[in-house]
Amino acid sequence: MRQENASRRGIGLAFVTALALALTASGRPMLAETGQGSNLFEQPKPPRQEWTFNGFFGRYDQAQLQRGFQVYREVCSNCHSLKLVAFRNLADPGGPGFSEAQVKALAAKYQIKDGPNDAGDIFERPGRPSDYFPWNFPNEQAARTALGAVPPDMSLLAKARSYERGFPLFLIDPIIQYQEQGPDYIYAILNGYTNDKDPNWNEYMPGHKIAMPMPLSDGAVDYEDGSPKAVQQYAKDVAAFLMWAAEPKLEERKRLGFGVLIFLSIYALLFFAAKNKIWSRPEAHVDLDTQ
Amino acid sequence: MSGESTYVPKSRLAKWFESRLPIIGLVHSSFVAFPNPRNLNYWWTFGGILSFMLAAQIVTGVVLAMHYTPQSGLAFDSIEHIMRDVNYGWLLRYAHANGASMFFFALYIHMFRGIYYGSYKSPREVLWLLGVIIFLLAIATAFMGYVLPWGQMSFWGATVITSLFTAIPLVGDSITTWLWGGYAVDNATLNRFFSLHYLLPFMIAGVVVLHVWALHVHGSNNPAGIEKKTDKDTLSFHPYFTVKDGFALVCFLVLYTWLVFYVPSYLYDSDNYIVANPLQTPVHIVPEWYYLPFYAILRSIPSKLIGTATMFAAVLIIAFLPWLDTSKVKSAAYRPLYRIFFWLFVACCVLLGYMGSQPPEGGYVLAARFLTVYYFLFFLVILPLLGRYEKTKPLPVSIYDAVLGKHGHAKPADVNP
Repeated sequence: MRQENASRRGIGLAFVTALALALTASGRPMLAETGQGSNLFEQPKPPRQEWTFNGFFGRYDQAQLQRGFQVYREVCSNCHSLKLVAFRNLADPGGPGFSEAQVKALAAKYQIKDGPNDAGDIFERPGRPSDYFPWNFPNEQAARTALGAVPPDMSLLAKARSYERGFPLFLIDPIIQYQEQGPDYIYAILNGYTNDKDPNWNEYMPGHKIAMPMPLSDGAVDYEDGSPKAVQQYAKDVAAFLMWAAEPKLEERKRLGFGVLIFLSIYALLFFAAKNKIWSRPEAHVDLDTQ
Repeated sequence: MSGESTYVPKSRLAKWFESRLPIIGLVHSSFVAFPNPRNLNYWWTFGGILSFMLAAQIVTGVVLAMHYTPQSGLAFDSIEHIMRDVNYGWLLRYAHANGASMFFFALYIHMFRGIYYGSYKSPREVLWLLGVIIFLLAIATAFMGYVLPWGQMSFWGATVITSLFTAIPLVGDSITTWLWGGYAVDNATLNRFFSLHYLLPFMIAGVVVLHVWALHVHGSNNPAGIEKKTDKDTLSFHPYFTVKDGFALVCFLVLYTWLVFYVPSYLYDSDNYIVANPLQTPVHIVPEWYYLPFYAILRSIPSKLIGTATMFAAVLIIAFLPWLDTSKVKSAAYRPLYRIFFWLFVACCVLLGYMGSQPPEGGYVLAARFLTVYYFLFFLVILPLLGRYEKTKPLPVSIYDAVLGKHGHAKPADVNP
């Protein structure tokens, strides 16, 4: 017995040592790399922001989505497309909450390419709620020529951008329901132009090189609801808007999920009670009929 | 299936039907009257959970396929169409994508349970082999399913994994071109992956039937690792195990619900929300979490051919467990040394998974090498030798005695961990 324990300890010790070696070795090259000043993919972690749509009962803030939409329309949309979002979506439940009339009026302000008509011509007509947001550029090549790079489509940006949370945070994230890496990242980028000498330097961009120069400035968007007309506010609002654009069914999802969880919890309790009842029958109970 | 049918049809219609196709009797003997070892613990509930998850994946998948377009120019947007415009499309899609993760989660627990309790040993070798076939089919199915959204990680994951076949000497390039249906991963690849992704789950379902059939020949193994002898050792499948499996399933569904409704993107790579672009490689190409240990093994070896061979060996070696493990004692509850090596093996697999998720740089590769060595050591050296040299604890006389705690020096807690 004692020998067995000793060999057990020996094996465990050997494994732990090997592991420790492996793990310490795994940290070393990264340190060495930053020491050499190689920061190709270096990216400071964006600080976490408070979002109304986080957690169990998360909901979008309608006023914030409307402000964020204003920022998108007046600033972002000059370069970025939003091709998966239709005007009608702005009136969908769980969204910015525009009225149908507002959406109709808004859509009519856009010129949409349509056709061919009976004469075989491609023509432009005022937008309808069922149309999707048009892009300012006819194609990617035109955008690249004008801007030097193609600005990414914004429909899914809030889900298509993230950052490494690292060990052990990634284990906690599903429990605390942290799903806002995207908006946190977007907010950080918009506030990350901290190098006055280089307009294409961004604190939070992986490698710090960003093609887009600082897009927002204080006072650039004229809010009507009295919210501060400052970059931080714009950044927060547009990040929230982009989260909605990427995940328009978030409210419905969380609401339905809550019902499902309640149902399953009660169901589990009933099952547990039934299981205990059945397993306490005499034939299942070994202690009762011990000879 | 074994376990004699005690079903007696009562109505005239039932009698008429049963004398022509005795399927009700078959179901009755397999899932109602079937005698199960009475000491099965909750680790034995994952087989039922897996059956449920397979059915859930097929049902959600069939509906998703009604709205999905397997065409490289349209696939990505058709997924977004499902997410935005199809009624409860977001639910179907999140349930299906996360369902794959839950399936593998349950599958790995099911496999580790089999390894801990020696469930693959005589007379259950064929049962184990059928399980390994299900595992292989599940790997292929999930891999091809992940390609269908045609995002960046879909495309580049498919490119990396299918390119492994180019490592085969002489015919590698031809085989890869044949697999792709062209000279790169493209529309033809997407089409065939969709077709096969739809086919394979039904093949899995077929092998599951064989798996259950083989299971019912000798019945389940159990925590004591000894065979059932008398009626006192067993309880009928229904209601004892239907209710136990049912309770476990509902608890499992709570986890699944949490994932689907509250953190649906947790296990999904954000790069896959960018449409596939053959001209732009993502910074890190990382497969889904359930492949990470094997991915780490692949990358831990510098030679492409040997790395690929080692990775496939790591999967296939599981099939040889019944013959690599030479111990006559099944359950780890009576194998004190094996138990330690088993848990080290579990830790090894988890750590390999972590290494697989990290960039393939110096230290991580080094760590993955250590772990790869232990992975194979466990199968090829430790298991064969342990059977010869390990001093096992005395086994209980019967399952009934095991439940009573009547066995050598082992405590009841060891039987039901």
